[in-house]
Amino acid sequence: MKKSGIFFMLLGLVLFLLTACNQETASDEEGETSIFGEGIEGATELTFWTFQELHTTFFADAVNRWNEEYPDRPITLRAETYPYDNMHNNLLLALQSGKGAPDIVDIELGRFPNYLQGEPQLEPMNEYVEPVIDTFVESRFNIYAKDGVYYGLPTHVGATVIYYNKEITDAAGVDIDAIDTWDDFVEAGKQVVANTDAAMITLETDDYWSYWPLIKQRGSDFFDENGEVILDNQINIDTLQFMHDLVYVHEIAELTPGGGHHAEEYFGYMNDGGAASVVMPMWYMGRFTDYMEDLKGKIEIRPLPRWEDGGNRSAGAGGTGTVVTNQSEHTELAKEFLAYAKLSEEGNIALWKVLGFDPPRWDVWDSPEIMEDNKFYQYFNDDIFEILLDIREEIDSIHITEKNPLVQQQLTTNVLNNVLRQQSQAAEEALKQAADEIRNQ
Amino acid sequence: MEPASMPKQANVPLRKKRKRNLFFSKKVAPYVFVSPFVLSFLLLFFYPLLNGVIMSFQSILPGQTAFIGFSNYERVFNPTFYRALYNTSVYVLLTTILLVCVPIALACLLNSRMMKLSSVFRAALFVPALTSVIVAGVVFRLMFGESELSLANHLIGFFGIEPVGWRYGAVSGMFLMVILASWRWIGVNIVYFMAGLSNIPGELYEAAEIDGAGVLQKFYHITLPLLKPVTIYVVTLTVINGFRMYEESFVFWENSSPGNIGLTVVGYIYQQGFQMNNMGFGSAVGVVLMGIIFTISIIQLKFFGALKKE
Repeated sequence: MKKSGIFFMLLGLVLFLLTACNQETASDEEGETSIFGEGIEGATELTFWTFQELHTTFFADAVNRWNEEYPDRPITLRAETYPYDNMHNNLLLALQSGKGAPDIVDIELGRFPNYLQGEPQLEPMNEYVEPVIDTFVESRFNIYAKDGVYYGLPTHVGATVIYYNKEITDAAGVDIDAIDTWDDFVEAGKQVVANTDAAMITLETDDYWSYWPLIKQRGSDFFDENGEVILDNQINIDTLQFMHDLVYVHEIAELTPGGGHHAEEYFGYMNDGGAASVVMPMWYMGRFTDYMEDLKGKIEIRPLPRWEDGGNRSAGAGGTGTVVTNQSEHTELAKEFLAYAKLSEEGNIALWKVLGFDPPRWDVWDSPEIMEDNKFYQYFNDDIFEILLDIREEIDSIHITEKNPLVQQQLTTNVLNNVLRQQSQAAEEALKQAADEIRNQ
Repeated sequence: MEPASMPKQANVPLRKKRKRNLFFSKKVAPYVFVSPFVLSFLLLFFYPLLNGVIMSFQSILPGQTAFIGFSNYERVFNPTFYRALYNTSVYVLLTTILLVCVPIALACLLNSRMMKLSSVFRAALFVPALTSVIVAGVVFRLMFGESELSLANHLIGFFGIEPVGWRYGAVSGMFLMVILASWRWIGVNIVYFMAGLSNIPGELYEAAEIDGAGVLQKFYHITLPLLKPVTIYVVTLTVINGFRMYEESFVFWENSSPGNIGLTVVGYIYQQGFQMNNMGFGSAVGVVLMGIIFTISIIQLKFFGALKKE
């Protein structure tokens, strides 16, 4: 009797402690809310959802500028950040059921096609997009459009570049400016592996940023311009085979620790000088400055090596389309604010200054504000935008269809894993199998 | 007027009485008591279930919902579904064995008079059940990281075993899910079995001891048979929970595991319904899963003789 008394007391204590802990974590999982432009009389409140906390800082900046410029129509923005899946699923259900959606929301490219199926529950932005589209990298609007109606406003160009750890390449005696083609890259890689402890490059298996930009660079894609599956064409097979060979034939590449370039394991590995380079889009800069602080001043950005003479040196990859939903009570205001935030020159300069993104409006790329010193110039090389202007014509548009989520699924579960990690399938076999599965859906 | 008002007056207390009778009547009371359950069941289970069945015959898109007959069901039985079903079945089998055998043994140990500090152990073993799977999963994921510095790889390193990429192999992946589930649920099952043990009269053991029975004999001939009702309950619960499992897989791989080694049936529903925006198809998989769980539970209860009238 006495024993069980102690038992229940202990249990009670533990329960109490744990519920206290659980409450804290519960609120974390529900997402974080910040309110911008608070305390202005007569301000209209708009809600904004995002899956990437960094993006809220950009909107905080936009709200401040808007409220200064239009004091007669002030805005309070309630920004809520949720985990990636959580946010996209909640939004899907809210739009499906007709209740609970925010005014403005960030939708990631990989999921965007889901929201264009059926009758899109999003507001057309054509009246704001059409007047300025000539000054933008136009392809960035087409990926968020359906039947000529533009729904999403782009956040960046997503130009893919290569980030070299100059400390390692210098130690290996490699001149990164002499690397012009992927063949040069392989030779340089052998030198790095021979002279240092680091690998030349890491390849993702849980995500597709090591693969998609490379096939796009060679003019291929998952779908052609008519939406037909070309995932298993020769270029894609050769590219995947090339990645395989980097690891197992040339032995200069490693599979990314943690599976992808957004894994905690990778940040630690790269920060400790694990690899001499990484291929990622420009928007990855923010991850370097925030998660790999020890590499400050050591990372140099360069265009991708070419596949052949005169070939492209970059490709657009990834993206976030910000939309206004049809459930907004202040549709016109929300649309106008969103256009102000993302289509104006100041907005595009802020995309660079606040987030380190390559703004989709290219006529600001050589403006003086862009050239002002900031944390990205301090971390990386100074000629980032000169490189960007140089490769502007070489950034091809990706083709997005409603089956893109399916491709992502196939690549990250089967193809990349079977070919690169398990080596249980040849590149051709794996891609053919995945392509057939996508065609049959 | 007088005579007419007389019965009315007499009527009032009678009606009151009947009202009170109705409230206190033995016939009505049970319904009143079960009504919260029935209502919540109808609202929270039956309505969604019915809707799920209807949705499984539809193609659902905003503004374009249409009935499409059996075409969702025609696509259900594909290799990915079988892979998910296979994973789930293996998981159910392993967790059922582990979560019955280990807790029985531990419960007997904790119940024995020889055990010192048993209340501390009881509490300690129950603690994992109170943590959130997500929190525990993050810790497990770090413990079983692929680098040679992770706890698990460090430990097996002492035995000269090479570091393992735990999250990338089919066997080690299943091991991760089972170990996480076992770690969490063993404590709960111990509590069930201890309750069962405390209901076994001590005289039985005394009598057996007089007859010269050893520890193992007592366990096989007294403890196990008398724990049968609890065991049936625990097995049923573990099987159903196993088929519904999703979090244990989610914490290790989120939504896409290499080669689908971590894909469960519920994970497949989630993937198809939300990630691919294919809610009709997801519902169809859900209906099939419900059929499977129902069939297995019936077979299992029949097998244990739980459906027979005593």
